Amino acid sequence: MALTKAVMSEMLFEELGLNKREAKELVELFFEEIRQALEMGDDVKFSGFGNFILRTKNQRPGRNPKTGQEIPISARRVVTFRPGQKLKARVEAYAGNQQ
Amino acid sequence: MTKSELIEILSRKQSHLAQKDVELAVKSLLEKMSQALAGGDRIEVRGFGSFCLHFRPPRSGRNPKTGESVLLDGKYVPHFKPGKELRERVNNGAK
Repeated sequence: MALTKAVMSEMLFEELGLNKREAKELVELFFEEIRQALEMGDDVKFSGFGNFILRTKNQRPGRNPKTGQEIPISARRVVTFRPGQKLKARVEAYAGNQQ
Repeated sequence: MTKSELIEILSRKQSHLAQKDVELAVKSLLEKMSQALAGGDRIEVRGFGSFCLHFRPPRSGRNPKTGESVLLDGKYVPHFKPGKELRERVNNGAK
């Protein structure tokens, strides 16, 4: 089952003893602060988990796949996630469980 | 922004919570997220993005020391796809 904010709040409620409203608020704020840092141009680095890195892209040519018409893709800033060593190692181990 | 900076910001904004509890909460959240991915589960957070695993097929590589070729197993790697709100805010923040 996918991990969602609801599951995360429930965990903070059960394992940390925050009340349900506090837990929900904290989870919401956790993601909002990450969004805000990235919005302000600040990379976000969580050791053991991974880094959210901002990259700026120049304008490049693109095309509408339906019509084939050429349209430029405007310059933009995007966020990418680079998993940390520890997370990569843990996820790789998952492949082992599948085989 | 680092994990400890995030903990500071959250404690400042949720001043009714002890900083030690906020610290524990942040670490638990990241641990829970790692666990989900390590178990092959997706993470879905509306407006933020989703994490899933991508499969990298087996390939042959080389031992850089000896030049000997070795067969590398297929593996899974974590992948993040930013959600609509995050994508828009990150791009608008640059303007």
